[in-house]
Amino acid sequence: MSETHAVATESRGPLEYATKDGQMKIFGFWVFLGAEVVLFSCLFAVYLAYLHHTAGGPTAHDLYEVKGFLIETLLLLTSSFTCGLGIHELRRRNKAGVLAWLLITLLFGLGFIGMEVKEFVDYVGEGATLSTSAFLSSFYILVGTHGAHVSLGILWMIAVMIQLGLYGINPVTARKAFIVGLYWHFLDVVWVFIFTAVYLTGLVL
Amino acid sequence: MEKNQSFTHDDHHGFPWKHIIGFILSLVLTFAALFVVLSGALPTTMTLAAIVVLAIFQVLVQLLMFMHLNEHEGAFQTISMAFGFLIALAVVAGSIWVMSFGM
Repeated sequence: MSETHAVATESRGPLEYATKDGQMKIFGFWVFLGAEVVLFSCLFAVYLAYLHHTAGGPTAHDLYEVKGFLIETLLLLTSSFTCGLGIHELRRRNKAGVLAWLLITLLFGLGFIGMEVKEFVDYVGEGATLSTSAFLSSFYILVGTHGAHVSLGILWMIAVMIQLGLYGINPVTARKAFIVGLYWHFLDVVWVFIFTAVYLTGLVL
Repeated sequence: MEKNQSFTHDDHHGFPWKHIIGFILSLVLTFAALFVVLSGALPTTMTLAAIVVLAIFQVLVQLLMFMHLNEHEGAFQTISMAFGFLIALAVVAGSIWVMSFGM
């Protein structure tokens, strides 16, 4: 009787929530994301405070190009969507589906990083380096910290995909895949604010 | 058991409508923000207010439609994130306010 009950409980919800351990780790990750919001808010505050402190160097208006940051935004938005589809397949317990969508997510993520590196190289070519002005220091630190998060996310996602491939979908790998998915969506949340507060605001002010 | 099956079916085995609608909404919000800025139709303050509002909706789409913020122990997760955003608001708005005194 109790065994039947345990099976019924497990099949009711997603596998990543099947154990108390999984539930606690997912909640713990949300607390971490709350702390990440605060970390990025400090970088945003510094950037916005120094927006006009360009020390005679290039201004936001001189540097930002709509085409470049729009492509970056679309790459990251689409990767967030494909990652969501991966988690959807995870809940259907379709291993091949999860791996395929996560691989597509990785490719979009790599495309994003490639675009961002190109953007930074172009800016440096225009004489806008990390040490040119307070504005540019805070720009590179804010956008670069986000880029570092995306790079870490790519390595992390590869590690989770290897584990999914080796061990299949079980409560542990499902929890790991769900959490890396949360992390990836969160990178898009931060980017929405970079898109708005850095690039669009840079065009307006 | 039958009830469980139907829960699973509705939630995880169907077509991922929630994600598709979320994706379309996020594209619409992105291009709306870009349009507001590029058209230059609104005064500067209004433009900034509009893109911030669009960004907040964009983040809500991510949190609710992609990240399943309100599922399982939704209240705890939501409070954790809401507290993070509250501190973020204090830090960012406070900094802009202080720096507005001609620093």
